[in-house]
Amino acid sequence: MTPPAKVSANPVPIKERMKMPRQHMIEQEPEVRAHNFKEVNLGYSEELARAEAKRCLECAKPTCIDSCPVFVKVPEFVELIVKGEFLAAAAKIREDNVLPAITGRVCPQEDHCEGKCLMAKKVEPLGIGYLGRFVADYEQRMGVRVLPKVAPTGRKVAIVGSGPAGLTAAGDLVQKGHKVRVFEALHELGGVLVYGIPEFRLPKQIIKEQLDYMRDMGVEFETDVVVGKTVTISELMEEEGYDAIFIGTGAGLPQFMGIPGEHFNGVYSANEFLTRINLMHAYDFPKYDQPLVDFRGKNVAVIGGGNTALDAIRSSLRLGAGKAFIIYRRSEVEMPARIEEVKHAKQEGIEFHMLTAPVEFLGDEKGWLTGARCIKMELGEPDSSGRRRPVPMAGSEYEIPLSVAVMAIGTTANPLIQSTTPGLQTNKRNYIVADETTQRTSLKGVFAGGDIVTGGATVILAMGAGRRAAKSINEYLNTGVW
Amino acid sequence: MFKILHAEFLAPGIKRFVIEAPRIARKQKPGQFIILRVNEHGERIPLTIEKSDPERGTVNIVVQSIGKTTHLLNSLNTGDSILDLVGPLGKPSEVENFGTVVVMGGGVGTAMAYPTAAALKRAGNKVISIVGARSKDLVIEEDEMREVSDVLMVTTDDGTYADKGFVTDKLRQLIDNGTRIDLVLAVGPIPMMRAVADMTRKENIRTIVSLNPIMIDGTGMCGGCRVLIDGKSQFACVDGPEFDAHHIDFAVLVQRNAMYRDAEKRSMELFMHECEAQKQAELAGQESDLAVTGGKK
Repeated sequence: MTPPAKVSANPVPIKERMKMPRQHMIEQEPEVRAHNFKEVNLGYSEELARAEAKRCLECAKPTCIDSCPVFVKVPEFVELIVKGEFLAAAAKIREDNVLPAITGRVCPQEDHCEGKCLMAKKVEPLGIGYLGRFVADYEQRMGVRVLPKVAPTGRKVAIVGSGPAGLTAAGDLVQKGHKVRVFEALHELGGVLVYGIPEFRLPKQIIKEQLDYMRDMGVEFETDVVVGKTVTISELMEEEGYDAIFIGTGAGLPQFMGIPGEHFNGVYSANEFLTRINLMHAYDFPKYDQPLVDFRGKNVAVIGGGNTALDAIRSSLRLGAGKAFIIYRRSEVEMPARIEEVKHAKQEGIEFHMLTAPVEFLGDEKGWLTGARCIKMELGEPDSSGRRRPVPMAGSEYEIPLSVAVMAIGTTANPLIQSTTPGLQTNKRNYIVADETTQRTSLKGVFAGGDIVTGGATVILAMGAGRRAAKSINEYLNTGVW
Repeated sequence: MFKILHAEFLAPGIKRFVIEAPRIARKQKPGQFIILRVNEHGERIPLTIEKSDPERGTVNIVVQSIGKTTHLLNSLNTGDSILDLVGPLGKPSEVENFGTVVVMGGGVGTAMAYPTAAALKRAGNKVISIVGARSKDLVIEEDEMREVSDVLMVTTDDGTYADKGFVTDKLRQLIDNGTRIDLVLAVGPIPMMRAVADMTRKENIRTIVSLNPIMIDGTGMCGGCRVLIDGKSQFACVDGPEFDAHHIDFAVLVQRNAMYRDAEKRSMELFMHECEAQKQAELAGQESDLAVTGGKK
């Protein structure tokens, strides 16, 4: 006997759904938001969310789930939205993702769930990110927290780094009954979510509430601890009694181009610039003590094409920059940034200088940046990343006047843990070597994941690694088998 | 929160804090530093650790009032707390038996040079220390330095104490007298370290200085503390803070340290204004107390 066909909660006939337009997010107007640090996207209303959810085709073999690094059960949570059961929808996401309000805002959905959505072949994909964000925000507004009811296992796990990888691992492990303590080097929790991603894309309050949720779940946090300096991995295991450790310390050291003039005052790494603004509130100087050079009316360029570059240039605009440029050596299609960020940046008036790279920074006699000498590029053969390699065009050099330049061209591995942990295997670029499925390192009981293993990637990929590590740590703690 | 167990002025505007920080105290080695943030609105600043006591779980820092944050710090007393303190950061000083080492401390730099001088002495070096300050009342840690030195020389710029002159005058004398010097360690204001480097470069004496550029995280993440060493960027927080003085581009160091001078000045003026307003309010409060009690307190 065949099981009865599942009855859809969605009243809209399948054929009609493709004809429904994607519901747009309510946004701050570009000319307004370009001058404040408040969130750009304001969220869906209940009506918009239910209307959007009704577009889901309820595929028999959904491709959205497998394309998600943490395997959120998209069709199930979307159906709950159709039914108006928003808290149940949030709980459904939480089964796989402990930071739904964050991923709903910063995840590059076009590379995962929405990119694989069947609708995307013909029309705009289902707004899965927007829907995820809607239910996560709804849950936060209602103040509902579902806490794990599990017997303590008596096992202790240390998590190094409170970024997306560490928080995900911590959230999953505490739900298995393990005692979890997260160590953070900075004074604020959240890692890149706090120092890297600006308020207008991910408000600090959202992160705070997600962290409070985790505290309620039983996760302990300790700030101002630089593992590798304040305490070593072996001390955590041997002296502080941790049975397993997860290293999720992130990407680390900012790269510079090595061109003349990078030491001029006014040249920042994106990490420094964003840390000053996001972590240290330099945009609110002198209420906050950390200063920043004056951006008002100045020409500012950010070198790079990723999300970090866009965060930096859009922040510059909000600091009052007169002209704000993105300088990127490839063309727009190769930009690794989220599509929505590129769209928002253009609406706000950022100028995109594609196929361009600086070859030298220029300065005055006091050491202040005055401009950059740039060269035009053309695209040649594909390189190791599969993208066409930019090749400088002879004789195309020109100068642009600049007061601030921000380098957002990637990071290299932070060596603090590797250099103080004998036996921890690293690759030739000094990233920690970890198994792709189990996240195990070369040291018994030590796991690693996120940017410190892969190099700079995305929040959701780091969360995927944290999730795999938690599963694998749980297995190790239960079986004792390495 | 990190509790201040003891605070005392060593000289006008120079204060020593003994702070409860057991994790840092256990791991600290000479030459390393901490980064602190006084309060919720504070900036992060690096300060070299003077010494630590792993048994008591304390670290000492010596702070000179220069800008807002250091003035604010020096207004704190025994029993107060510092919101955030992280460390020990940076590479420890290179300590081995070099032979004869000249340790030079300029101003508050003497407190930073002290732990390395002590370690060098314990490693079997002959330690010749030169301590300098602008004026008599700013000479600090003379007794501590004497204890760990074979020879101690003191200079004041104005001649109000010991020998009039600069620490470099004493170094010049040592060199001219034909004293064998295997290593010089200089910690102090940039012009002093630069002058030492210029002098020893000509004599081919290896010279180490401890740099204190602008920093935020102190773990290599921000790159704000980059210094030019032989034309290449290095991060003082993870590659330093000590560097071979003969390879440092001091001009760039001076230039980068001046990056926020206007903002620092503004911050300082506002702080002084607030302090003054607070003082006035307290005085007014005392007067009204007096009025209420009719002066019969």
